[in-house]
Amino acid sequence: MHVPDGFIDAPTSAVAGVVAAGALAVSLRGARRELDERTAPLAGLVAAFIFAVQMLNFPVAAGTSGHLLGGALAAILVGPYTAVLCVSVVLLMQGVLFADGGLTALGVNITDMALVTTVVSYAVFRGLLAVLPRKRRSVTVASFVAALLSVPAAAVAFTLVYAIGGTTDVSIGKVATAMIGVHVLIGIGEAVITALTVGAVIAVRPDLVHGARGLRQRLRLRVDGALVDAPAAEPATPAPAAARTSRRTLWVTGLVTSLVLAGFVSFYASADPDGLEKVAHDKGIDKKEEEHAAADSPLADYGVKDISDARLSGGLAGVIGVGVTVVAGSAVFWALRRRRGDDASPVNTSV
Amino acid sequence: MGAGHAHRLYRHGHSPVHGLPPHTKLAAAFLFVVVVVSTPREAMWAFAVYAVLLASVAYHARVPAGFLLRRLLIEVPFVAFAVLMPFVAEGERVHVLGLSLSVNGLWGAWNVLAKGTLGVAASVLLAATTELRELLLGLQRLKLPPLLVQIASFMIRYGDVITDEMRRMRIARESRGFEAKGVRHWGVLAKSAGALFIRSYERGERVHLAMVSRGYAGSMPVIDEVTASGAQWRHALALPCAALVVCLLGWFL
Repeated sequence: MHVPDGFIDAPTSAVAGVVAAGALAVSLRGARRELDERTAPLAGLVAAFIFAVQMLNFPVAAGTSGHLLGGALAAILVGPYTAVLCVSVVLLMQGVLFADGGLTALGVNITDMALVTTVVSYAVFRGLLAVLPRKRRSVTVASFVAALLSVPAAAVAFTLVYAIGGTTDVSIGKVATAMIGVHVLIGIGEAVITALTVGAVIAVRPDLVHGARGLRQRLRLRVDGALVDAPAAEPATPAPAAARTSRRTLWVTGLVTSLVLAGFVSFYASADPDGLEKVAHDKGIDKKEEEHAAADSPLADYGVKDISDARLSGGLAGVIGVGVTVVAGSAVFWALRRRRGDDASPVNTSV
Repeated sequence: MGAGHAHRLYRHGHSPVHGLPPHTKLAAAFLFVVVVVSTPREAMWAFAVYAVLLASVAYHARVPAGFLLRRLLIEVPFVAFAVLMPFVAEGERVHVLGLSLSVNGLWGAWNVLAKGTLGVAASVLLAATTELRELLLGLQRLKLPPLLVQIASFMIRYGDVITDEMRRMRIARESRGFEAKGVRHWGVLAKSAGALFIRSYERGERVHLAMVSRGYAGSMPVIDEVTASGAQWRHALALPCAALVVCLLGWFL
């Protein structure tokens, strides 16, 4: 259904191009939400998959065969935004490289085959899932109906574009009858293949199917021969909300840990400079002749002071040294803890 | 993988057309097609001039006519559609060889055929003289969103890998005596498609991890910036400018 150049007049193609550009801009933002920074490699590989699967021929009867269009399949498997991007990139590459679909008709093609199929199929899919019971079979049924409707929807969209900017005055009724009639048939094939494919993926990796995320089974344990729900049930909230709460939990845990750690470290540190003090003490004793050379650092300064005390009153000097270090260490760690708290607060507000 | 990494549509060469920066060629091809599409269909001679213009580009690019014509075969489905048009269109009818044809339908068929063929020929010439990587650099240079270019480059880079994976699955099916004959076998094919999706997605995850481990943080470094001099732009835009003159003549004559 790739529209060639010259099929739709220039102004309509331009308008369709603007619509396609807008849809791409929205999808780029949305895909970042769906896939964050994994967008480029994953969407690229899914686009390659769609490109490949369009080459997979499904024999119908006696030599004729059809292939998958993939809009509905992509929307259900990876989410609507990523699907729009993937199908659009496939169309762009087909237009530029393989001359399949005209360059000026790119806007029409993207609007028709990437945007309309994806949006219609995903809306139908979501709507059906909301009504049907939460089972795997519902996902398959919903994807069947979604794909079934997506192809004629694209045909209707094409007919509308043709009605606005078609270059031949074939009556709209005839175009609509032919397009929609043919595409209802194609849609049946697309629906069967899409449902079977989604079913095959769900059977192996249900976590990969974007449309089946709310389908996770609760963990049940067999206790004394009876099935009971596992006590630590999974959160029933959807994934983004779960991510947000877990991030908040992470932050609170982090803050508490850092506070506890700071307090603990400050206690630990109060013991540690004891050893340091001792080393400084020893060093100071070693370097008692070179006071000026060692006087640069405060630690050495304390040491030197201690030494002068130690000379006069044996064990008392060590106690004073430790006391000074405890105060200094506590001050440093108190300041450090306060600064760490300051650092944490903007993080809190930004989250 | 041993057969070089150029795509099948690319024709290696060192012609002046090959040497032009990719974004100038992309812009030229696009503008040319826009001009062709906005030409009135009654100006039949204009389309002949366009064809001559494209032929001269092909001559300068040293792309043989046979190569170009073979690639034009992709258009065949539309030809079939265009042939149907005179029979279904409205308006006054003429009788040729005992067939009742619509005049408007004939014009429409001519319109689609001429413009479609010229558009396909321009795309084929572009793809034949520009390497894939260059094409992506050119798209990036023409301010396509970087994320879109990245997705496209991943699709191109792994398209052959995924296609080969599908081919291996087909060989595996056939070596087990499976032959898809009709609707009854769709289940098997659909399971293959599902397996292909899982493999593609998991490959994407591995590729992403490999990129992250090499310092990827959401954007690709631009290693070679393509630039075009004024002379190169002039050379590339000679084609659409000539076409524009023809188009204006077509409107006013």
